Amino acid sequence: MGSETVLKADNLKRYYEVKGGMFSKGGTVKALDGATFQLEAGKTLAVVGESGCGKSTLARLVTLIEKPTQGELLLGGMDIASAHSKEDMITLRQMVQIVFQDPYGSLNPRQKISDILAEPLKINTKMSASERREEVLSMMSRVGLRPEQADRYPHMFSGGQRQRIAVARALMLRPKIVILDEPVSALDVSIQAQVLNLLTDLQEEMDLAYLFISHDLSVVKHIADDVLVMYLGQPVEHGTRDEIFSNPQHPYTRALLSATPVADPNRKKDRIKLVGELPSPLNPPSGCSFHPRCPLANDRCKAERPVLASTSSALVSCHAVEEGRS
Amino acid sequence: MSLLDIKNLSVEFQTAHGLFRAVDGVDLEIDQGEMVAIVGESGSGKSVSMLALMGLLPWTANITADCMLFDGIDLLSISKKERRQIIGKDISMIFQEPMTSLNPCFTVGYQIMEVIKEHLGGTKKELEKRAIELLGLVGIPAPETRLRAFPHQMSGGMNQRVMIAMMIACNPRLLIADEPTTALDVTIQAQILELLGELQKEKGMALVLITHDMGVVAETAEVVNVQYAGQQVERQDVVGLFDKPQHPYTYALLNALPERATSKRLPSIPGVVPGLLDRPTGCLFNPRCQFATDKCRKEAPDHSSKVLCHYPLVDGKPTNNHPGVSASDVSVSGGTA
Amino acid sequence: MSQVQNTAGQIEAEKQISPLKQQFKEFWFYFSENKGAVAGLFFFLFVVFVAIFADIIAPHSPNQQYREFIQLPPFWQDGGQFQFFLGTDPVGRDVLSRIMHGSRYSLFAGCIVIVISLTAGVLLGLSAGFFRGFYEVVVMRVMDVILSIPSLLMALVLVAMLGPSLQNAMIAISITYLPHYVRLARASTVAEAARDYVMASKVAGAGKMRLMLVAILPNCMAPLIVQASLSFSTAILDTAALGFLGQGAQAPTAEWGTMLADAREFILSAWWIVTFPGLAILLTVLAINLMGDGLRDALDPKMKRS
Repeated sequence: MGSETVLKADNLKRYYEVKGGMFSKGGTVKALDGATFQLEAGKTLAVVGESGCGKSTLARLVTLIEKPTQGELLLGGMDIASAHSKEDMITLRQMVQIVFQDPYGSLNPRQKISDILAEPLKINTKMSASERREEVLSMMSRVGLRPEQADRYPHMFSGGQRQRIAVARALMLRPKIVILDEPVSALDVSIQAQVLNLLTDLQEEMDLAYLFISHDLSVVKHIADDVLVMYLGQPVEHGTRDEIFSNPQHPYTRALLSATPVADPNRKKDRIKLVGELPSPLNPPSGCSFHPRCPLANDRCKAERPVLASTSSALVSCHAVEEGRS
Repeated sequence: MSLLDIKNLSVEFQTAHGLFRAVDGVDLEIDQGEMVAIVGESGSGKSVSMLALMGLLPWTANITADCMLFDGIDLLSISKKERRQIIGKDISMIFQEPMTSLNPCFTVGYQIMEVIKEHLGGTKKELEKRAIELLGLVGIPAPETRLRAFPHQMSGGMNQRVMIAMMIACNPRLLIADEPTTALDVTIQAQILELLGELQKEKGMALVLITHDMGVVAETAEVVNVQYAGQQVERQDVVGLFDKPQHPYTYALLNALPERATSKRLPSIPGVVPGLLDRPTGCLFNPRCQFATDKCRKEAPDHSSKVLCHYPLVDGKPTNNHPGVSASDVSVSGGTA
Repeated sequence: MSQVQNTAGQIEAEKQISPLKQQFKEFWFYFSENKGAVAGLFFFLFVVFVAIFADIIAPHSPNQQYREFIQLPPFWQDGGQFQFFLGTDPVGRDVLSRIMHGSRYSLFAGCIVIVISLTAGVLLGLSAGFFRGFYEVVVMRVMDVILSIPSLLMALVLVAMLGPSLQNAMIAISITYLPHYVRLARASTVAEAARDYVMASKVAGAGKMRLMLVAILPNCMAPLIVQASLSFSTAILDTAALGFLGQGAQAPTAEWGTMLADAREFILSAWWIVTFPGLAILLTVLAINLMGDGLRDALDPKMKRS
């Protein structure tokens, strides 16, 4: 069954110039250094990685808040680099929306829920106030909020309810793509399950494509169809969920999987210990950026940067895998 | 005799909306060298109960307990001065945010040496030697140079190591770790948890780990206390808790974990943790419990048993003459709440 | 399960009958914990009452000169008369009536100064914090320059250029207060602009004006309100000071500072002429400061105890 491809990213890069201070050298931070992926309607792509891996930068690029330094981003067949007119921007914007991690910071504390939800419509459509209100109420009931809650302020809601509001806001413009930036990691386990269920339901109902950014592998395993593992701005492994979880190839993916705590005290713990810290993105290691922490690193890894290459299962960027030493 | 023995600890706060009972009848007993985890969602009072033990709550808090014994000394009756002798030396605590728990104005070395000086004393040379030793112990590379580093010059994981070094400086007999890894990345979290486990074994410390992460509990703790809305609902050893949860809350919580899911829909717990104004009568979990009966809605369960429930579960089924919830009702507990 | 939902919903609905009332209740709880603030509030309300109804409650006209009762002491002293409660000044005007009318000028001056400096300060600070870059540098450095001149001196220079009158004094004082508001507004704007809800508005396509005025501004107001309430008292003081120096309200206006200036030479012979206007300034300023403290306790979330 061929689903519709709604987003295509090709070798997406985003660099930031850092000004040098009095005592420090300036430089370029390669926050995102070559991401290639595509999103299909009704499917979820999970982007996994630790802090500094470029997840948030990716979200900013896809939501059109920032333009990529290099690379191509096609939304519904339209290249964002060619969109200049206001109409184009509105069309593009209506395709991508975002849900943030922190439900306490992502809702304006001084706005009523109905105003928060109506804002995207007010800006992008010519609906009348009563039409907007109707739309808001129908969306609220869709995400499991009651209509009488429309005129309350965010501080009267619990974390889980706020996240429902954030989801509702993202869906007001009927987007095709929703970026979920760690949508459940600030929530308690029991609430997390409620929100994950809601997201699953909405995806089926509206045929949404999700870009699910997370560091929590157990959640990713539950919700994702495809997984993209990132390290320091570069993708290191890209494959289907089953490929990544049952047969991880890249040493970083393996370490990440083994470091994730599993709620089963009987499980045997044979952890791959990663030594050291995440390097600074301002001064990334030479060659493969993972080599200082990698148990399989050799001289070639220090000198030469690997590229994503297809293996028996997933796309992996690693010399060790390619050479078969492990 | 156990190292720490708390019985029926309650903490109340005076707020704008009336009295709020953040901790309600919590018992905690830890032996020398034991590792206990306190698990609960936000609002379960897990941090507050430990802060009450440390005497770190603001003056608005009203703390009561039947007994709060540390090594046979009653912490409630001794003077503030005597208490300070114990807190910080024999009992230490590390917090969630390593970046904010360290003073950004002083070097790491100065802060560690300050702690040692306060409780053990010694000359500057001795202090420095001990500080280097401690930093090495918690796995910080090149500790001699790190002594002169400021907290902002190091990563979160490194800072948490420094915090740990500081807290074990006086060889405490009880270490309380309040969500020590929540702010850290997964690979760093694994390192820190491993370090805590090693230190605990090596030094024979008792360790209380406060967390909301069931995975962390499963991988580190020996005994687990589950708290809900300020009450301790279940206490079991870790294997028993994960294999045979007895309280419906624990049972539901474990089922809600994505990694235990059997289908795309997770069996979620409806509703939210009760706050100040919507505290139910009877058992606090009854509005969200799939097994709740009229008895649960009227009578609060008995505090003295190990499971705070009228009908403790065995293999996911309620006992004690539960009027009956058929298995089919149990499985449809999901749904949008 | 739906039943569970309903009961929970009902409880929730009950506790959230009226958000405004709820907010006020919470505000009052924190505010009223500070006893000094409550006392300050009541005194301030008293002053406002007097200012509004000065025409009715003042026993005499403020400028009526009773030539036969010159420098009469307060009524409890020898030679004092009950009809001139706090005595009379060197030209026979009733001190109490003048103080009552003077409260009008002081409060009026305070209000106007706050309105001007708050509005201008918020606009400048908000735009500086939002647009950043060169514009921000220019605005902030100009504010630094204003700050680097002693405020009273600055006000004096400005009044000297504009000509002495109460109106010009107010403008001059407003300008000297501007930097405080600009700095506060800019700092909060920078902090708020980085928050997720602003980002969400951006993703929804909100324009710059909408982001600034709808999303960011309402969330920056709490510290600004506190600052306004605190500088209200300083504005009263500075107006009085300019009046005292002869650069503010002009005689025979019954302004507190001007009254003090007029009575300087009688400080030893007729103490009441100087003391009572001085006391009026002191108490009003003290009351407003106490109130501002309470306001900060109640509005600043960082100070709130859990």
